[in-house]
Amino acid sequence: MNASQVLFLVFAALTLGSALMVVTTKKMIHAAFWLIATLFGVAALYALLNAGFIAMVQLVVYVGAIAILFIFAVMLTRKDLRDSAKSLNANWGWAALFSALMFGGFAILLRQWDGFGMKEAGALPATDMITKLGTALVTPTQYLLPFEVASVLLLAALIGAVYVAATNK
Amino acid sequence: MIPISWYLIVAAALFSIGLFGVLARKNAVAILLGIELMLNAVNINLVTFWRYNAPATVTGQVFAIIVFAVAAAEVAVGLALVISIYRNRKTVIADDLDMMKW
Repeated sequence: MNASQVLFLVFAALTLGSALMVVTTKKMIHAAFWLIATLFGVAALYALLNAGFIAMVQLVVYVGAIAILFIFAVMLTRKDLRDSAKSLNANWGWAALFSALMFGGFAILLRQWDGFGMKEAGALPATDMITKLGTALVTPTQYLLPFEVASVLLLAALIGAVYVAATNK
Repeated sequence: MIPISWYLIVAAALFSIGLFGVLARKNAVAILLGIELMLNAVNINLVTFWRYNAPATVTGQVFAIIVFAVAAAEVAVGLALVISIYRNRKTVIADDLDMMKW
């Protein structure tokens, strides 16, 4: 077992452990903080996959924006988050069973796939990935259209969120 | 090097944990947290397949970035809905939000 495998196991354990805390902890504000730990773990996994740009975007967008939004939402809806209230609904046993079965199904499906035994990643190209990515996003023959659609989607979400949440009437 | 199976199993486990959160939590904000976990699991898979199968192309990373944008849009609208519901009904417990049921 070499160093990168040890690092992987450490960050995978951090990710999955804090993800379990996100879905089980009672206080909502703690769940939001555990989500930040999960997102850091996922960013570390991206870094291990040599996707440095994606790891940085993960930190900026998820930890910097989405997690903060969650913390604001938790604080704005605080009345029902008393610690005495039960955090799981009556059917949580069925939910746990279904999730475990889902995981088992994924494992069986993945084992049947031919590439599952792949041990080594291919060599990275010598060219700079970020330059390639930036060029691809603004080249009409590549990913210009998805890029623009994403920006329209974000604008629509922005206007929709302001309209829905605005103090009203 | 790390075998591809490790990443895929971690992503599958993260997705299942998020699914459990969506199905089992009472609080609407906690359900959105579960959805975020599931989106992250999908993104781990996308970046893994990019790294192991097509590191010379940018397709996998572009997919991951589009998922980021969709996740940001989803969480903004979702939390706006939760806050709006909280203003009108004074609750964010999913079981109590039954005004569309009759």
